Amino acid sequence: MKKVIAQTEIDVNEEGYMTEFSQWSKEICVCLADEQDICMTEKHWEVIEYIHEKHNNEEPLSIRGIKKSGVINIKEFYSLFPGGPLKKSTLIAGIPKPKSCI
Amino acid sequence: MKNLVILGAGTSGTMMANHLVKKLQKKDWKITIVDQYKTHYYQPGFLFLPFDTYTEDQVKKKGGKFIPKGVNYIQKKIEQIFPEDNKVELSDETLEYDILIVATGSKIAPDETEGLLGPLWQKDIFDFYTYEGALSLRNKLREWEGGKLVIHLTEMPIKCPVAPLEFAFLADSYFRKKGMRDKVEITYVTPLSGAFTKPTCTKALNYLLEEKQINIEIDFAIERVDNDNKMIIDYADKEIPFDLLVTIPTNMGDEVIERSGMGDDLNFIPTHKHSLQSKAHKNVFVIGDATNVPASKAGSVAHFQAETLTDNILLYTKGYKLKEEFDGHANCFIETGNNKALLIDFNYDQEPVHGTFPFAGIGPLKLLKESVFNHWGKLAFRWVYWNMLLKGIAIPFVSRNMSFKGKKFDIKAE
Repeated sequence: MKKVIAQTEIDVNEEGYMTEFSQWSKEICVCLADEQDICMTEKHWEVIEYIHEKHNNEEPLSIRGIKKSGVINIKEFYSLFPGGPLKKSTLIAGIPKPKSCI
Repeated sequence: MKNLVILGAGTSGTMMANHLVKKLQKKDWKITIVDQYKTHYYQPGFLFLPFDTYTEDQVKKKGGKFIPKGVNYIQKKIEQIFPEDNKVELSDETLEYDILIVATGSKIAPDETEGLLGPLWQKDIFDFYTYEGALSLRNKLREWEGGKLVIHLTEMPIKCPVAPLEFAFLADSYFRKKGMRDKVEITYVTPLSGAFTKPTCTKALNYLLEEKQINIEIDFAIERVDNDNKMIIDYADKEIPFDLLVTIPTNMGDEVIERSGMGDDLNFIPTHKHSLQSKAHKNVFVIGDATNVPASKAGSVAHFQAETLTDNILLYTKGYKLKEEFDGHANCFIETGNNKALLIDFNYDQEPVHGTFPFAGIGPLKLLKESVFNHWGKLAFRWVYWNMLLKGIAIPFVSRNMSFKGKKFDIKAE
């Protein structure tokens, strides 16, 4: 389905996750974050960059990965993206939600 | 004479030995399989052991029985792989290989979570992903008088991602039969954002949790277990009390992968997801739970992988380009309790959908819907496993790649 955000039309799935990463931009990211009541700070951008790097390398994201990332510790990760940091950070980063098989 | 070495004689390794012994020329190739353990377990049966549905004898057999004649079977510990030198060091000998297949699987690592292996381990905290854990849990359930039952997943990926949900459904059914369901509060705790994270499954299956009165806690990334107060606590300081904790600890690849420097953070080997060739070494192939491919870690997936990998090993021996055809296909029965089960069929890209299987419009199995017939299918699978799957005999009408026939893609909750 389509969604207009930051004056741009993007493709999203029914949970609001972007389905075309090529459409992602920093402006869109800020607006998606705003919808989640998150105000982007320098630390948020560092995390988004880390998430993109993992995504580009086809490496799955996990809390364990965050712990070892050297970018942020888990408690900080929770405070930056309260109430489900992996699902919120991936939504804002424009990549698919972490998977389960069903 | 060239050497092909298979590490691990579990589901994947045994299947590969059976496939390849029929396909590789005996005069050209010596096939060796290495595994230190003598017993082969039917791991899907571990789900049924705690509920006294299966007995010990139904889930284990001597592994040697399934290794085909013509394959050199070595029962020794694997110390280290040296992929740059094409060598594997065992406890007291070194094997050289031209082709290596790593099928060393995955196992639980409870020591990865603080407090999990504390004083309550095997007293009020159990796993069912090991034979020993499933049996201890069975003994506990036989005498348990009720309270808060918490079923908890530590982190993904795990072997058979639906098994924890199946456990919750079967527990509901088990306590009902015992006439004590009112004394048991069941809570399912997951680090994911739902019990069913794929939207179509959530639509189609949410009723199961409601109907069975199973509570759910989502987005729970465990930090530690408080043994004194019998609670699990997550990084956001959420506390969940339990009387009986059934946990699925972190799953990790074998330590030999770590010792050999071939794995990722969880000791899974970076593997090409369509060809099953190791990303780092061209003559190393990886199958089943040892891989990091984003498919379900389940025997049914390994079974489809084995067919692609057999073709690719043959292509590799002849110097041809590998097939990049493995699509992540999985085909799993999900027990829902009360002698019913669901069937799901999906791959890397396609979510489980409604429809019929394996024949379009005919079935006889129905996808994503509970039926008694599916439950029989799950129970019959134990025979299929021992008599067909391990021996590399193709299951009739079930193709390695996901078939789109007979499936409804534009689905709504039914």
